[in-house]
Amino acid sequence: MSLLVPDSGLLFWMLISFGVVFFLLAKFAFPVISKSVEERKTYVETSLSDARQAKETIARVEEDTKAIIAEANREQGRVLNEASRQRDKIISAARQEASAEAAKTLDEAKAQIQKEKDEAMLSIRREMAALSCDIAEKVLKEKLSDQESQMALIDRMLDEVVKEGSLVKDRMS
Amino acid sequence: MRRAFIILALILTGCIFIPTAASASSAEEGKQIDVQHIIFEHMLDSYSWHITRVGEKDIIIHLPVILYSKTSGWHIFSSKRLEENGGSYQGFYPAPADGPHAYKLMEKMSDGSMVRPIDLSLTKMSLALLINGAILLLLFLPAARWYKKHRGDKEAVPSKYVSFVEMLVTMVEDGIIKPCVGENYRKFSPYLLTAFFFIFTCNLMSLLPVFPGGVGVTANLSITLFLALCTFIAVNVFGSREYWKEIIWPDVPTWLKAPIPIMPFIEFIGIFTKPIALMIRLFANMLGGHMAMLVLTVLIFIGFSVSTTIGSSMTVLSVLFNIFMYALELLVAYIQAYVFTLLSAVFIGSAQISHHGKAEKK
Repeated sequence: MSLLVPDSGLLFWMLISFGVVFFLLAKFAFPVISKSVEERKTYVETSLSDARQAKETIARVEEDTKAIIAEANREQGRVLNEASRQRDKIISAARQEASAEAAKTLDEAKAQIQKEKDEAMLSIRREMAALSCDIAEKVLKEKLSDQESQMALIDRMLDEVVKEGSLVKDRMS
Repeated sequence: MRRAFIILALILTGCIFIPTAASASSAEEGKQIDVQHIIFEHMLDSYSWHITRVGEKDIIIHLPVILYSKTSGWHIFSSKRLEENGGSYQGFYPAPADGPHAYKLMEKMSDGSMVRPIDLSLTKMSLALLINGAILLLLFLPAARWYKKHRGDKEAVPSKYVSFVEMLVTMVEDGIIKPCVGENYRKFSPYLLTAFFFIFTCNLMSLLPVFPGGVGVTANLSITLFLALCTFIAVNVFGSREYWKEIIWPDVPTWLKAPIPIMPFIEFIGIFTKPIALMIRLFANMLGGHMAMLVLTVLIFIGFSVSTTIGSSMTVLSVLFNIFMYALELLVAYIQAYVFTLLSAVFIGSAQISHHGKAEKK
């Protein structure tokens, strides 16, 4: 029965004990702890969202960088292509020019050779004519006494002609 | 796990032999075991704190007795005086065990009648309350000081102890207070937190079998009455206008509230039944658990008073059951603190309703 009767003395001490604890904790402990925890929570939340934003920014920047690099690569390829095409063009142009020049030089040389050949033929012809005249003159000058002496004379003259011809040939070359 | 079982078995077999020696002497004395006395002695308050018995010597903390009598004024003396004089001193006598003030001091008036004086003695339970309060302060104030010191510094890393305190506080605040009280929770959070940790600490300390613990303060009606009263005040003093309107003129068909105010009457009774239920629930749960453990322990002595064999087997059973009860009581210690705080928060929250809140509910 006595268990069910509240005791005033115990109530008094409970009031003191609970009251002091409540006062001190409610004034100095719980609001401070709750507030700090809440502040930390918001701080963590903002930090997380900041981090997320930073991450997104970095991702964006990375993408931009990649795009820029790709663009540069393309540009490089284009420039290289252009350069090689240019080079080929220049080389082929030079080659053409060179071959044209060579052809021209060759033509000139050929023309020169032809001209010299013609001149040589002309001078040979003139020489031959003169030679023929000489031979005829000498033949006529000699008294054709007999067959044998005639033949000997002709041989000698032909030898002379041949000799002179070779001389002419030597001069020509 | 296996090793734990072996150790347990060894302890239990040891339990059989140890009390046999002790039982021999008590059996010789032929003393009848007064179970009710043993149990009530543990559950009731007392003027001194009997800690233990070393050999023949009792170790007792003598506490001050403070009495105010209307006829003879203040009386302050140590409880040692009571012991020395066979329980009575300066005209104060202990009340009979079966009365409403069992073992409490009564003043004998000149006409022979016994009158209960105003008794502000620092009793065993009062001291336990003060110790538990000190434990709470020691637990929370240093942590709060850390937070105060690191107020601006948001990147400060709390120590293990501070994190533990923070975990406790946020567990109660986020788990019970915020969802139950609603948006006004900041105003009531310190009270509910204090109530939770006070009850929890008291429950745990009452399970500690050595000195600063072992006193079932929450198994005392005065304590739960006080706590329930606090909730009553928190609910009704800070109740919104809507809350009072719901009591005086609830939202029911008119014939239920006029001319005979049936519903207002029921609602009005409800104001008181809620905290009373809180009071009884905590008290009865804690009392029940402690009594069960005491009865299980006393079973050992009863067993030995019959025969050594029964006593020995009873010891094994009793220790096993007590281990189970201890585990259960640890759970109950938390659950009852939780339930008290939860229901207090719900009652406070329901008294905070406003037009806005009501519209939302509908």
